Amino acid sequence: MKNKECVAMLLAGGQGTRLKSLTKQIAKPAVYFGGKYRIIDFPLSNCTNSGIDTVGVLTQYEPLILNDYIGIGDTWDLDRKHGGVSVLPPFMQAEGGGWYSGTANAIHRNLKFLNQYEPEHVLILSGDHIYKMDYNAMLNHHKETGADATISVIEVPWEDANRFGIMNTDEEGRITEFDEKPEYPKSNLASMGVYIFRWDVLKQYLIEDAEKENSSHDFGKDIIPALLYDYKKMMAYTFEGYWKDVGTVESLWGANMDLLKKNPELNLNDQRWRIYSKNPNQPPQYIAPAATVKNALINEGCRIYGKVDTSIIFYDVHVGESSVVKDSVIMPGVKIGKNVKIHRAIVAKGSVIEDGAVIGDPSPDSEITLVADEGSVLATSFATN
Amino acid sequence: MDRIAGIINLDHEQDMMDELTYFRCGAAVPFAGRYRMIDFTISNMTNSRIESVAVFARRKYRSLMDHLEQGKAWDLDRKRGGLFILPPDWNDPTDISKGDLQHFHNNIDFINRTLADYLVVSGSQNICNINFQDVLQEHKKADADVTVIYSKVDELYPEHQRAHKLDIDENNRVTAIHNDHSSTNVYMDMYIIEKDYMYELIEKCIAHGCSHFFLDGIKAKLPEINIHAYEYTGTHALINSIESYYRNSSKLLDATEHDNLFKDEAPVFTKIKNEAPSNYTETSSVRNTMVANGCVIEGHVEDSILFRGVKVAEGAVIKNSIIMQRCEIEGDAVLENVILDKDCNISNGKTLIGAPEKPYVVAKRRTM
Repeated sequence: MKNKECVAMLLAGGQGTRLKSLTKQIAKPAVYFGGKYRIIDFPLSNCTNSGIDTVGVLTQYEPLILNDYIGIGDTWDLDRKHGGVSVLPPFMQAEGGGWYSGTANAIHRNLKFLNQYEPEHVLILSGDHIYKMDYNAMLNHHKETGADATISVIEVPWEDANRFGIMNTDEEGRITEFDEKPEYPKSNLASMGVYIFRWDVLKQYLIEDAEKENSSHDFGKDIIPALLYDYKKMMAYTFEGYWKDVGTVESLWGANMDLLKKNPELNLNDQRWRIYSKNPNQPPQYIAPAATVKNALINEGCRIYGKVDTSIIFYDVHVGESSVVKDSVIMPGVKIGKNVKIHRAIVAKGSVIEDGAVIGDPSPDSEITLVADEGSVLATSFATN
Repeated sequence: MDRIAGIINLDHEQDMMDELTYFRCGAAVPFAGRYRMIDFTISNMTNSRIESVAVFARRKYRSLMDHLEQGKAWDLDRKRGGLFILPPDWNDPTDISKGDLQHFHNNIDFINRTLADYLVVSGSQNICNINFQDVLQEHKKADADVTVIYSKVDELYPEHQRAHKLDIDENNRVTAIHNDHSSTNVYMDMYIIEKDYMYELIEKCIAHGCSHFFLDGIKAKLPEINIHAYEYTGTHALINSIESYYRNSSKLLDATEHDNLFKDEAPVFTKIKNEAPSNYTETSSVRNTMVANGCVIEGHVEDSILFRGVKVAEGAVIKNSIIMQRCEIEGDAVLENVILDKDCNISNGKTLIGAPEKPYVVAKRRTM
């Protein structure tokens, strides 16, 4: 039982510069989300829930915390004797080596890893999106249509279509054109960065691409156009459901706030599609007699003495007396003193907010304030008039 | 560092918690929002760097085994040592022992094989946060044969009547072990002993037809051997009745008691359930309450403890109550001084009110 039908390759090397100092010391897939999770929990849990038990995680930028977090994969039930999770950093060989220079290059450099499993199909994922998706359903579609490659697409609003890689398809869903961020999009089907390739086809194109000197070795820019050029059968697979790129401070904040809507599109309480995450062994949260909590997600180990409204509170957070946390995301271990006011902010892990501090701007369309350098925030240092 | 192995002896514990122990042993009773009683005992052992733990189970241990699994939650899924759940061997032809000595006899291999030099033997009903390495240091310093652990209680409650009490001299040597109701030196059902000495005592006890190791092997030998008393001064709760369960649960809503039991440096471990963070809606109002993960709260909750995955619908009111895992409280229901076991469903508009000194207990999986 050596070969695997489908092996997933998760691209987790990105820096995520638009998340500013949130990713100063951790890779973007390790960024916190939803009161408990890290972004990478979503694709990894999707793999487990879809029955994919072999996942290579390609790391590069600030991998310490990410490696530590992935561990042996037991969090997602991916500690397996044959398969499971493998962390794949860039490496040196007798003939040289260096950093991964593009998404396609990263996969090409791990041909040996994939060859050990002799997969029929390879699923390519990225570690920057929040969504729940059954990759097995996509794989079945891919097999039924006999495609060489299947790209998962989602309908985006027409006015946003120029920000995405747009697929133009025929009536059977076969991809005829691919436009990366087109000025005048011909469709609103955006690529989600989730691909399934027949491994024999992909391998050939990766090897050919590696020889091309002027290639940027990228799936979107090089591999997919090359397959299209050769009239390979490429199908679009339409995903319906919640999908969000949390690449910026604003979108990270917004995706967190989406969880607080009535009947949120992304249901974290679905027992049939759990999102697995490391559990930090904290006692239950405590809501004090004078506290008021409304419209919030709160994790274990928290102590709430003040007011929490429309906010996401990660584990082990203390909110002091008479403090107000509104429209904000408070990451693990943050200690908030007394009489603090926090509005429309993301406060990064381990921050200490001293008594009387004022953070963020309460007006509805103001920019989201990011408190991200570990350490203490003095009173009024973030005050806005 | 000296190596210690642990034995959690549930053999002599009575299942005195009415509805809560109809189908489970006391060690498996859910406690403090996300734990089972035995979690505190095992976590104390893990935090004291005990890597080999045996559980002597006799009755109603299905849910206990389900909870403990391979001991992964306590880092006890080990190649060397680890967690051993040991029910008695009913068919051992060499077995002439009775009582909990049957357990020691049937599982003497655990004691023989362990690499540890010392053994800690503990029950599950004394909730505390103790470091057994500290106890061992005192045990060695006192050159004791056995060191028993006790707590000086400020106020005697009915649950203490069933516990043994200690008389102690000025050198902390135990001079008597008895049941005097007025004594406040409550024996916590935990002792530490050298492995070889324990083995010797077990053999002797069995040869003499004894049945209870602590009573016949240790208490009865009090005049001959050096029994040292170690005083535990942290948060302590003895839980062996519904009344003590309810009162000691409520005590955890006090910040000082809570902090003394849940320490960063000695956390309490339990089986992971992967629940989402708890969700408070626009209509929720919650005060002075402990809430575990996975809850959805739309109603009013005060002075209570909610376990994992509890749903409280809009308009429901919960006061002074303990609501266990996955219960659903529908709209306009009123619960006061109530303990709901797991998976209960309280339908729309239903009112259940118990007395503050005697909560109304609803058995598992009931719909009302």
